Amino acid sequence: MERKTLTAAAVLGLLAVGLAMPVEAKTEINLWYGLKGYLGKQVMKVCERFNAAQDEYEIVCTGKGNYDQALQAGIAAYRAKKHPHILQGVETATATLMLSGAIYPAHQLMADAGYDVDWSDYIGSIMSYYASSDGKLYSFPFNSSTPVMYYNIDMYEKAGISGPAETWEQFEENLRTLKASGVACPIAFSTYLWVHLEQFSYMHGEPISTRNNGFDGLDAELVFNQTSYVKHVERLKRWYDEKLGSYAKELFGVGTRESFATGKCGHYFGSIASHGTVLKSAKMKWNVAPLPHNEGVTPNNTVVGGASFWIMKGFDEADYKGVAAFFDFIRSVESQEFWSTVTGYVPTTRSGYDALVAKGFYKQEQYAGREVAIESLARTPPTPLSRGLRLGYFRQIKKIIGDELEQMLAGKKTAQEALDNAVKRGNEQLRRFEKQYQGQSLP
Amino acid sequence: MIKRVLFRNRLLPYLLILPEVLIVFVFFYWPSAKALFWSFTLEPPFGGFAQWVGLDNFRELFSSPEYYESAGITLIFAFWTTFISMGLALLLAIFVDRVIRGLVVYRTVLMWPYAVAAPAAAVAFQFIFQPGVGFFAFLNDIWPGIWDPNIVGADAMLMVIIAASWKSITYNFIFFLAGLQAIPRTFVEAAALDGAGPIRRFVTIVFPLLSPTFFFLLVINVTDSFTEGFGIINVMTQGGPGGATNILVYKIYQDGFVGLDLSGSSAQSVVLMSLVIALTFVQFKWIERRIHYAE
Repeated sequence: MERKTLTAAAVLGLLAVGLAMPVEAKTEINLWYGLKGYLGKQVMKVCERFNAAQDEYEIVCTGKGNYDQALQAGIAAYRAKKHPHILQGVETATATLMLSGAIYPAHQLMADAGYDVDWSDYIGSIMSYYASSDGKLYSFPFNSSTPVMYYNIDMYEKAGISGPAETWEQFEENLRTLKASGVACPIAFSTYLWVHLEQFSYMHGEPISTRNNGFDGLDAELVFNQTSYVKHVERLKRWYDEKLGSYAKELFGVGTRESFATGKCGHYFGSIASHGTVLKSAKMKWNVAPLPHNEGVTPNNTVVGGASFWIMKGFDEADYKGVAAFFDFIRSVESQEFWSTVTGYVPTTRSGYDALVAKGFYKQEQYAGREVAIESLARTPPTPLSRGLRLGYFRQIKKIIGDELEQMLAGKKTAQEALDNAVKRGNEQLRRFEKQYQGQSLP
Repeated sequence: MIKRVLFRNRLLPYLLILPEVLIVFVFFYWPSAKALFWSFTLEPPFGGFAQWVGLDNFRELFSSPEYYESAGITLIFAFWTTFISMGLALLLAIFVDRVIRGLVVYRTVLMWPYAVAAPAAAVAFQFIFQPGVGFFAFLNDIWPGIWDPNIVGADAMLMVIIAASWKSITYNFIFFLAGLQAIPRTFVEAAALDGAGPIRRFVTIVFPLLSPTFFFLLVINVTDSFTEGFGIINVMTQGGPGGATNILVYKIYQDGFVGLDLSGSSAQSVVLMSLVIALTFVQFKWIERRIHYAE
């Protein structure tokens, strides 16, 4: 009797285990991102697509506000040991994240999880931004874009301008022609450093700092007050003084993009990622063109901006298998296609780009122009001065430069004075960063 | 006669204040102690080894012209915000004090803005002051380019001072009104019978009797404008243009949370805290002597 009961219990137990197996909880992977609004929703869709594509892992994606806020949240969580597996990090935080000691390098993750990744499939100028000096990827590029010039074709036709300017000199002439033809706001602009300092310097092969823009060491020093950037800043000041455009800050509700998309202003410089947003609201004929360059210069490639996914330390191997599976999914052709189509960000892999081309994507009317971004990214192979930037506290340095330039626009300083002071204050930040990570070096 | 309440149980009073002490400890003393410690080190954003650097953070701070500039901006902001919000609040309170019909309505309506969160108020003011489409756009229609808080520092400063003052007028108003209503009518009426006009009555009778309220509000307003300007500035200017509205408390946030320089920003917090303590001390030492508290 007793034995019978025992056997029955054992059988029941085995059955219970057998029944429980299929409903065993999936491994949960957490991801925090820093995109809001429409773009944030598209990140959620990418996560949903991963969850639908397999049933071993469940990725839980959480929006943490903007890039700054997501990074702050990630840092606070890491200090409290409650961090996510994956954190989206803005490009300017690359040096900080690389040296944080909190990161599991992307190339190592994939190797440890047993994936044989063809790294050369990543587009060179995108990969180089997030890779170590020996070319090993540290974080996975996700939303990558590059800036382009948006222009209003209707206004061009009215003023008799044949097409977008290739050089800054011609561009300025076009602004004056537009103004003369009765356009009140030929351009909506700001001191937008990503365009006017970073891409400008990359395209002209001029350094932003010594040590190859910081890639070769933490002892880099800023030098943009000695390059043709000074002349370019004077150009911005002329636009402001001659009222060739309206100075529009995002802060004041109506940023440069809105000013252009509503048909009020004739140009703006912005990320290709806004292509979809402009498309939705613009009622006029418009298009995008590569950023202009100085006369007599053969421009280099432009560099990506945006953000990448960083893998954080402190989880077990099983979790990291899921993380690796997610990244394997992200770099798949289908996922690349999906993300680029819904947002306007460029594909980060060659295979993703080729698939879009093969489908005739860039020939479709509503997406025409998006290829301009990838063409300018791939214009030349990245040189040591057009790989990107690897400067510590760069977020703060950008704020300093922006402040100094605003003082110049207000007429308190000349361009040279403003940039000299920006370099001096920026170098203090770099030295602080160097001291902070004394004895360490960038990978 | 002073009424004293005595506790039989020696432990009970300590137990009763324990929750308050705990809250103050967790949300004030502990973070303050941590900031003090960080201000002598270089604390990496993600944690880990923090080097001891002694007074280096403070030395860097005091050798930076931008820091003095920010301190100057803070004083301007604190002075004008306190002056405008207390001045207008007192004026409104005097008017309401004399209202006979509909007092409750006036009082309620004037208290409402206090319930508006600073960032919400800042968003509203941002629309009002926007050079292109806001209420102030008409100025630019008359004199093109006269109003541009995007670039002109003084315009931006004026804008945040107005917004911050508007926000605290109501708080001051409530206290002033309560203070005014606590003044016995007989004093004022007696003076009126003696032939003193409204201004004379205010200067010689009402204001001296109101001075404890005035002093209390002065301390609160000055302290607040040093620390509470954050919400308004963060939404309206983010310290710009060109650092023209970068008050100390916003600089702490900007350097520490956005710039990830935790130690530099901790050193700034320590300095700001000392400054606020010193100011409050000065106020108690010099101004309070002239205050007459009713028995």
